[in-house]
Amino acid sequence: MNQSIVRKGKSAGAKLKRWMIGVKGNDGFLIRTLIYGLLIGIGFVYIYPVIFMTSFSFKSLEDLLNPLINWIPSALYMENFKQAFQVLNFFPTLLETLYVTILPAIAQTAVAAFIGYGFARFTFRLKNFLFILVMITFIIPPQVTLIPRYLVYSELNLLGNIQAFLLPATFGQGINSAIFILIFYQFFRSIPKTLEEAALLDGAGHLRIFFTIAIPMAVPAIIISFLFSFVWYWNETYLAAIFFGDQLTTLPLELQKFAASYQRMFPAGMDESASRLNEGIRLAGTVLSILPLLVVYFIAQKWFVEGVDRSGITGE
Amino acid sequence: MRKIQLKKPSFAYFFIAPWIIGFLAFTALPLVYSLYLSFHQVSLTTEGIRTSFVSWDNFRYAFTVDGVFVGYLTVFFRELLISVPIIIVFSLLIALLLNQNIRFRGLFRTIFFLPVIIASGPVLKELQDMGVTTIPSIEEVFIYSMASNNADSFIPGILLYVLDNIIMILWYSGVQILIFLAALQKIDRQIYEAAMIDGASAWEIFWKVTLPSIFPMIVVNTIYTIVAYSIFSLNPIIEHIKAQMFELETGFGYASALSWVYFIVIGLILVLVFVMMNSQSKKRYA
Repeated sequence: MNQSIVRKGKSAGAKLKRWMIGVKGNDGFLIRTLIYGLLIGIGFVYIYPVIFMTSFSFKSLEDLLNPLINWIPSALYMENFKQAFQVLNFFPTLLETLYVTILPAIAQTAVAAFIGYGFARFTFRLKNFLFILVMITFIIPPQVTLIPRYLVYSELNLLGNIQAFLLPATFGQGINSAIFILIFYQFFRSIPKTLEEAALLDGAGHLRIFFTIAIPMAVPAIIISFLFSFVWYWNETYLAAIFFGDQLTTLPLELQKFAASYQRMFPAGMDESASRLNEGIRLAGTVLSILPLLVVYFIAQKWFVEGVDRSGITGE
Repeated sequence: MRKIQLKKPSFAYFFIAPWIIGFLAFTALPLVYSLYLSFHQVSLTTEGIRTSFVSWDNFRYAFTVDGVFVGYLTVFFRELLISVPIIIVFSLLIALLLNQNIRFRGLFRTIFFLPVIIASGPVLKELQDMGVTTIPSIEEVFIYSMASNNADSFIPGILLYVLDNIIMILWYSGVQILIFLAALQKIDRQIYEAAMIDGASAWEIFWKVTLPSIFPMIVVNTIYTIVAYSIFSLNPIIEHIKAQMFELETGFGYASALSWVYFIVIGLILVLVFVMMNSQSKKRYA
């Protein structure tokens, strides 16, 4: 009897162990908890700034000063957004931002498809050399080419003009162009070329094949490239500030000078309590400036996340 | 039978031509021109650009008179040395977690990729000013107070930097996580099964199977991280270059010299990392 208790105890222990740690290939409770715990913990750290931003942007001055109110504002206070909206000059700035991001993004995607197709479908002399050169352009810091470009643009009166972004993009030298060429290169290489060869035998020209066969097949790559290009142009403030000067502006650029614009719009001293720039207003401005991107991300989230997968950067 | 010649190589150049033209006009020539400018004093006049040869003066100025440039470079180098390994390890860890058989994988991926979308310079600047880039109430943790008491010495200094900027560092790893995840999912399941049948533990499998398989992606991610880090708009060096451009005393020539020094430094770091990692992989996994 004693022995059977011991055996029972042993098997219960083994059961417990199996339940906690799991058997081979099947995780137990303990491991699962650990995995989810880590994921939720790191995930929280990741979105903590976003939660903070959103929560604080709805806080009135009283809420900001009240130590008892931490995460949830006592009321949805919209005044911050109203002021930030004015300071950013939201809708005109948004239109201008879209203008200087969408056009270069389209140009960059189109030309990357063209170039990527050339690299994927043809063999020619110096191909490897040229392709390595394309990849090397990725590591050249934009600061090195910035000054000559600036001088030339100022000679040609292109400063403060969208051409400063559009021209390099049209010739495959825009922001991270190398990555987009790589995406299209990998994409075209991964699809069989029988269809194109058949068309060629039937007497279609290369250009016609490209537009009527290759492009319709490349829709996923086009969407991914456009989205990434769009986001990267949107977030580019260093080059934008230099090339656009005061002529063109974007939401991130307006956010950069938010405090200064605010002081101009609501000069201090008129009404002490209401006209001071506080955290709530600044974060409302931040939220407004990323809101369009968030909308795009949540609509097209699948494409962004799969984009890295599809880029074939991990080798096929 | 005669093979039908399907591909005319001349057409290739037709497709590549835009890139070659663009490369010459917007990359190669500007590179040469900025190298030229870096040896000159440049002034903008109403008749155009005037340059006068000053030999190595700009470079000498950068390392002697310019009080901040070398300091910025050192700080950049130190932060790079700390941040890159953390970013790589963290993104690998997160990718490994996501690669488990878990629920809500899509949701987690969405969260971890979010910073790539919204983290522009001005947004991070705002967050930094509000002190949101550090973990809440971290000051109360014992290690933190211990580190901040000895902030001058080496290891606590590093610790303090990491703790203060942990969210910033994590926010840099969105793309890397997805690259690792894609690589992990491409590993053949049969290798794992074979290893398990042979009695390898999960720990052994990670070091002997997983890590060697994704090693090329570690190299890719390291290079990507270094490049992304060095051109990020909050980087004080590139801000300094921009400021010097419009400084009357120094101007475009000096800014060009600085950008070339910076380019060479980054290039050297990349080459060094690449060579080191390559020889490492040959030694270990050959």
